[in-house]
Amino acid sequence: MSAVFKLSRRRFLELSAGAAAGLALGVGRPGRAGAAGTTSFAPSAFLSIDETGAVTVWVTKSEMGQGVRTSLPMLVAEELEADWSRVRIEPALAEARYGSMGTGGSRSIRSLFLPLRQVGAAAREMLVAAAAARWGVDAGTCRAERGAVLHGPSGRRLGYGELVTQAAKLPVPKDPALKSPKEFRLIGKRVPRLDTPDKIDGRAVFGIDVRVPGMLHAVVARAPAYGARVAGFDADRARAVPGVRGIHQVPSGVAVVADSTWAAMQGREALRVTWDAGPNAALDDGAIGRLYEERSRAPEGVARKEGEGAKALERAARRLEAVYQVPFLAHATMEPMNCTAHVRGDGAEIWAPTQAPQWAQEEVAKALGLKPEAVKVHTTLLGGGFGRRSRYDFPVEAALVSKAAGAPVQVLWTREDDMRHDFYRPASLHRLAAGLDGKGHLLAWTHRVVAPSISRQLFGKASRSGDRPDVVEGAWDLPYVAPAIEVDYAVPDVGVPVGWWRSVYSTQTAFANECFLDEIATAAKKDPYALRRELLPGNSRLRGALELAASRAGWGKPLARGRGRGIACHSPFGSHVAEVAEISVEAGRVRVHRVVCAIDCGQVVNPDTVEAQVEGAMVYGLSAALRGEISIERGLAKQGNFDDYEPLRMSEMPAVEVHIVPSSADPGGVGEPGTPPIAPAVANAVFAATGKRIRRLPLAGKLA
Amino acid sequence: MASFTLRVNGEERKVEAAPETPLLWVLRDALGLTGTKYGCGIAQCGACTVLLDHEAVRSCQTPVKDAAGHAIVTIEGLSADGSHAVQRAWAVEDVPQCGYCQSGQIMAAVALLARKPHPTDADVDAAMSGILCRCGTYNRIRRAIRRAAQGGRP
Repeated sequence: MSAVFKLSRRRFLELSAGAAAGLALGVGRPGRAGAAGTTSFAPSAFLSIDETGAVTVWVTKSEMGQGVRTSLPMLVAEELEADWSRVRIEPALAEARYGSMGTGGSRSIRSLFLPLRQVGAAAREMLVAAAAARWGVDAGTCRAERGAVLHGPSGRRLGYGELVTQAAKLPVPKDPALKSPKEFRLIGKRVPRLDTPDKIDGRAVFGIDVRVPGMLHAVVARAPAYGARVAGFDADRARAVPGVRGIHQVPSGVAVVADSTWAAMQGREALRVTWDAGPNAALDDGAIGRLYEERSRAPEGVARKEGEGAKALERAARRLEAVYQVPFLAHATMEPMNCTAHVRGDGAEIWAPTQAPQWAQEEVAKALGLKPEAVKVHTTLLGGGFGRRSRYDFPVEAALVSKAAGAPVQVLWTREDDMRHDFYRPASLHRLAAGLDGKGHLLAWTHRVVAPSISRQLFGKASRSGDRPDVVEGAWDLPYVAPAIEVDYAVPDVGVPVGWWRSVYSTQTAFANECFLDEIATAAKKDPYALRRELLPGNSRLRGALELAASRAGWGKPLARGRGRGIACHSPFGSHVAEVAEISVEAGRVRVHRVVCAIDCGQVVNPDTVEAQVEGAMVYGLSAALRGEISIERGLAKQGNFDDYEPLRMSEMPAVEVHIVPSSADPGGVGEPGTPPIAPAVANAVFAATGKRIRRLPLAGKLA
Repeated sequence: MASFTLRVNGEERKVEAAPETPLLWVLRDALGLTGTKYGCGIAQCGACTVLLDHEAVRSCQTPVKDAAGHAIVTIEGLSADGSHAVQRAWAVEDVPQCGYCQSGQIMAAVALLARKPHPTDADVDAAMSGILCRCGTYNRIRRAIRRAAQGGRP
């Protein structure tokens, strides 16, 4: 649990960099890091109120569209009883004492729901105490409301700005009283986003929009295969391009530094690089497919075994088997990777659209031989993240280019760079089997996941906690009840870089689970929705979400000719989601007409954002399900731009409804959970409409 | 390199650039108008959409030499204070998520409504399907366009 402590004035001044501030609070974990303001591992955020009553909340999480620059200050303001119109935000600089600033795993609200409320509540109690002391009355007769303290009996009122000097001298309450949910004024309300005005008039500053005095622009000639290294280069023609200022070899390739982005691009065109091909030069989809197939024959380990496990299949009256496969996927954020760095002799400054500012800080420091404190990292707005921007490759590269150029440099990745040098959603293969009794009851379920491990590529171990590897996420925790369950895995090492992609392994495993469950329903001659209800525990929140989605979608009601409905559900990141898709197949192409989503994500902070996120997460998954595929040729992604990796366009957008299950449970994740159910919901709908069971994504080209 | 005089957001701006330089990079790197975004460089995503004589064009495919002499409007020039009808509709619907594609979306919507003040759904599809959004804001965009067309009413 977090407690609140007071920042020393010195630390605060360092942080606020000249902001006129009277009161500053932070959250930390008691018993760690002795001194206030230096706590390393606690979730943390900061609040200041100035003499005018203006409230500043430092946002420690990266804003990539999920609304944290609105929802996190809402948490503080709720308990502070702030006047919302006087609340502004500042993005926090990367510092260890904030605790983890990493923005991923749908964790921002989950991890900060209590700590940020405690910050607001402690400040409110101090302001009330300061007012009571000023008036010489009992604090119990005072209350805070909309940025002021009121004394009930006398009707006196003092604005927060008038109280900050006195409040700052008071001890910080360790255990401030929090509101009960029914007292919430902001939490649970449709609060307009604070970042919208800047995003509709061109003022919003994304990484690519950073402008630093004297800044040069660079692009990097990148490897033609994963693992290839520069053998040599001829820069004469590149140097002759007007505006080109320097050519520098860096670990990722050869950087062309110029006065403008266009000149850098032209310089790169003129550059001749020769490469040592490296270990993956011959790698392609065929080789990867054979490796997966071979590895799928025997497991490396078992993630879950219940009852007799796979042995129970032997006694089943009826046995079903299927293999499901999904491809590598690129993140394709609308803003391609980029980073601006200014490396000087004794330190560096980085402006990065990053989901992991502290990790970037550490790795940049390591690459430059500096202490992390000597690297100042500014987190800009992110033009999409989806997990790609949790990696530190682009900040480290920019730092090395700046160092070589001896100037501030913005390194821009072209779309092709971004798409061909991503950390891809791991391609996977799933062997599933089910045993049914004579009456069609499910007796046994087995699932073998074959996929490369993100964790192993990054940290050397597929399981960081020592129990099960990352690849079985969403498979080992199958929500359905069966007398025998066995989930095992094999983890092939492929030369393709893999990474976290919105929902990590749940997009693969939900596709396998939920389509195979539909196959079981067909075999047992049961309705797919009814079978799910039957196999989910009666009190399960997932079943609640499933029932809500089915009822709002009109499950079971007749459909127009040629249309089919499919349903799927999953419980990733502490939330429970079900989706119903309605589709038709026209000239071999799947057209999605309507998607109904239901989510139980516990206590909701901003329902408007939750709806937007669930809809957006669904669309992200729908693009992938319909035609998302990164194929590997000669050791590199074949697709390079939106002409051959084409996300959903407006003309293809279905009608979408998002329904939120009312709940006062602890907040669940919101950014990712909408993604996993859509591919199986659509594939199940395709089966309902056409009788064709598609077991390999994407759907494009499978229905001709 | 050559010298060009551009009429951007009602002002004359002189720039030095190679004649084939895409207008996108002149706007962003030479004129500091960073509201117009780079997304693909091959006219597939529409993040770079600006108005050229009231028509929506892809600035990544418009050489600066062809833009000279025409009236260029970027997101920064739409209004002084975010009060253009389309911007207001975008704010009411709280359209943006990450926001990166929204300059292009808004400029395409402005061009559409200038040409067709009351567009049908098919008109909206035709005008807007060239502008990609990875956050999935399409349905809010459609609502905002409808709202703007109806004088701010939903």
